[in-house]
Amino acid sequence: MKYVTEYRDAGLAKTVAGAIVREADAGRQYHFMEFCGGHTHAIFRYGVQDLMPKNVHFVHGPGCPVCVLPVNRIDDAVELAERHGVILCSYGDMMRVPGTKQRSLIRAKADGADIRLVYSTLDALKIARENPDRQVVFFAIGFETTTPPSAVALKMAKAEGLANFTLFCNHVLTPPAIGHILESPEVRELGVVKIDGFLGPSHVSSVIGSDPYAWFAEEFRKPVVIAGFEPLDVMQSTLMLIRQVNEGRHEVENEYTRVVTRQGNLKAQTLVAEVFELRQSFEWRGLGTVPYSALRIREAFAEFDAEKRFALTPKQAREVKSCECPSILRGVKKPTDCKLFGTTCTPENPIGSCMVSSEGACAAYWTYGRFRDGQPRVAEAAE
Amino acid sequence: MNEPGHPRAPGRAIDMTHGAGGKAGEQLIGSIFRKHFSNPFLDQGDDGAALGEVAGRLVMTTDGHVVAPLFFPGGDIGRLAVAGTVNDLAVMGAVPRFLTASFILEEGFPIDDLERIVISMAATAREAGAQIVAGDTKVVERGKADGVFIALTGLGVAPDAVAPSGSKARPGDAILVSGTMGDHGVAILSKRENLDFETEIVSDCQPLADLAQAMFAVVPGIRVMRDPTRGGLAATLNEIAHQSGVGMALIEAEIPIDPGVAAACELLGLDPLNIANEGKLLAICSAEDAERLLDAMRRHPRGRRAAIIGRVVEDRALLVTMRTAFGGSRVVDWIAGEQLPRIC
Amino acid sequence: MCLALPARVVELHDDAMATVSLEGVRKRISLALVDDIVIGDFVLIHVGYALHKVSPDEAERTLAMMAEAGVLAGEIEEMAS
Repeated sequence: MKYVTEYRDAGLAKTVAGAIVREADAGRQYHFMEFCGGHTHAIFRYGVQDLMPKNVHFVHGPGCPVCVLPVNRIDDAVELAERHGVILCSYGDMMRVPGTKQRSLIRAKADGADIRLVYSTLDALKIARENPDRQVVFFAIGFETTTPPSAVALKMAKAEGLANFTLFCNHVLTPPAIGHILESPEVRELGVVKIDGFLGPSHVSSVIGSDPYAWFAEEFRKPVVIAGFEPLDVMQSTLMLIRQVNEGRHEVENEYTRVVTRQGNLKAQTLVAEVFELRQSFEWRGLGTVPYSALRIREAFAEFDAEKRFALTPKQAREVKSCECPSILRGVKKPTDCKLFGTTCTPENPIGSCMVSSEGACAAYWTYGRFRDGQPRVAEAAE
Repeated sequence: MNEPGHPRAPGRAIDMTHGAGGKAGEQLIGSIFRKHFSNPFLDQGDDGAALGEVAGRLVMTTDGHVVAPLFFPGGDIGRLAVAGTVNDLAVMGAVPRFLTASFILEEGFPIDDLERIVISMAATAREAGAQIVAGDTKVVERGKADGVFIALTGLGVAPDAVAPSGSKARPGDAILVSGTMGDHGVAILSKRENLDFETEIVSDCQPLADLAQAMFAVVPGIRVMRDPTRGGLAATLNEIAHQSGVGMALIEAEIPIDPGVAAACELLGLDPLNIANEGKLLAICSAEDAERLLDAMRRHPRGRRAAIIGRVVEDRALLVTMRTAFGGSRVVDWIAGEQLPRIC
Repeated sequence: MCLALPARVVELHDDAMATVSLEGVRKRISLALVDDIVIGDFVLIHVGYALHKVSPDEAERTLAMMAEAGVLAGEIEEMAS
């Protein structure tokens, strides 16, 4: 796989690891937040932590759209499928996320709701064309990466006059979430969460570019390095962050230059701006209400807005009280700090959202890294 | 009731009369099942097959088969059903001898498709050296089944010296696989609605009794043998770890995976170690026997890409861990429920 | 979020669609979000859409930078010893 395999090379990994060991100051601790679930996944799946010195720590951020979607929006989706009789199209990731009383899309499907797993918004449009007598709703989730494909779908639906298609918009924005974390009292005053720098989003940045992060670097005096999702990208970016910290710099640097430019994808940005506008506020699981952190469908496309077409009942979502997902999403706690982790909450029976998505911190810890806590043991294979 | 007519006429489909125990059913049995499965036991035409005396230790298994689509690159539900049942006997060290097959047919199912499936079953049974000695057909109303479901029971004979079990893995033992992982699951996924991608990947679906016999011939003391089907290699190893009370340490770089399978998994956000195989064996044997066993596997046409992929270790937590090709380590977990394609 | 993979464009179709190939796995994707794509280009695929063209030069440069990280550190070590 060109442009993939090279960035998983064990030899080069040793080279970069050697540089990190030499350049990291043994007398200090480095805490870097990887905002994206994609980075969390890469760190655990490839065992990147094993190649890092003990004083370099990764703090897992909230960049997993499945994890941050509030329970009441999941309940809304379940309601659309169950009570409004629509064909609900969803990305696979959302299927097992528990809503109120642990009710998920997959359970609603088992009970007879018409829920279809799709890989692309194009598949949802196709289903709408093939079922002209049914209402077809696309359950849109995701950050700036996944938003442009939703914008394309809405434009196509409008151009075709696909009257039975609507989109349930839950698209959220990355920069306001990073800002929210940096402004939170735990980071600013209490010092509960130590963050010396950020591994910046990969594919989000391919769309929005590297410029939007300049403000954080400036305002919060924290270095940001935009990092690809392959394990070598994570390591090289960590090295770049260590260098910035050592030199007292706080700049936006870009390691993922093969797809990220300063301006990003202007065509995609224009499309998104044409179809979507900012919501004044949106609730994030874990972060609470974050101003101007999400998108809604513009008036010009109102006829394709599921929230306008269907009268959704207001929800009083109930989170499981002992679930620590909110603190984990802010980097305040680690999965192993949660009483439910690995006991009542496992990937087979997820209680909180961080255990559902394989990019959630809890699922990554459990699925790939649970030998790390307790007695550390490394897989000494027959070498 | 409709006139049964000629069940094999082009375009004919299964209807309720085929399962009603009358002439139509009898014609279907004669023109399809008995025709292709023909052997002295089945041809007795009685309610059961009188097998006579069978010498040796008997091993028996049963397996129900449902798959969508029914015909996929590299196989079909018929081949899958026979191979799956035969392989359950093979991993017990048994030589498969007799099979019985029970068909649940959906009203409206094309008879030509049924015949294709039956021909495929007959060929696979011959390949495995087994005979289909009894069968049954039921028809359910349209919408109450997905085309055809097939349940098989298999009977085989194992020598006394050979008694592998999932509980026999011991620390220090070597873990071997007979070839590339994940081919079957990816071949099936490539044909699923809304996921469709084109690939040259074909299912590895095949009977493995001859390979298993070749392995037991060289190392009769193979401790564990399994076919890593649903849940893939990861699920099978975790099961054995729990059954034997041990841990496993794998080396990612040694696990054979077809580049196309790896690419398809990347695209869908899946892990090839969680993907089903239908024509591969997993074996655990003592470290001293490992090279000899590997050699025997590689010399067999169904085991050309066999590899030693790790070893059994002591571990009270019963974890399967892996040295990643990148140089780190991680747990290899069993999957939580159905493998769902991931986009984020 | 945001599972995306680089794949090579092997065919261009009408309606801004294309076929990409990744190790022989071929998939139809949309080019609605990118401009000026020609056969042979590598594009980053996300949920059935090309999100961005992959720059071969930058890809090389990043790998070179990683290799240099070690050399540089090696030299520093040499100087220190």
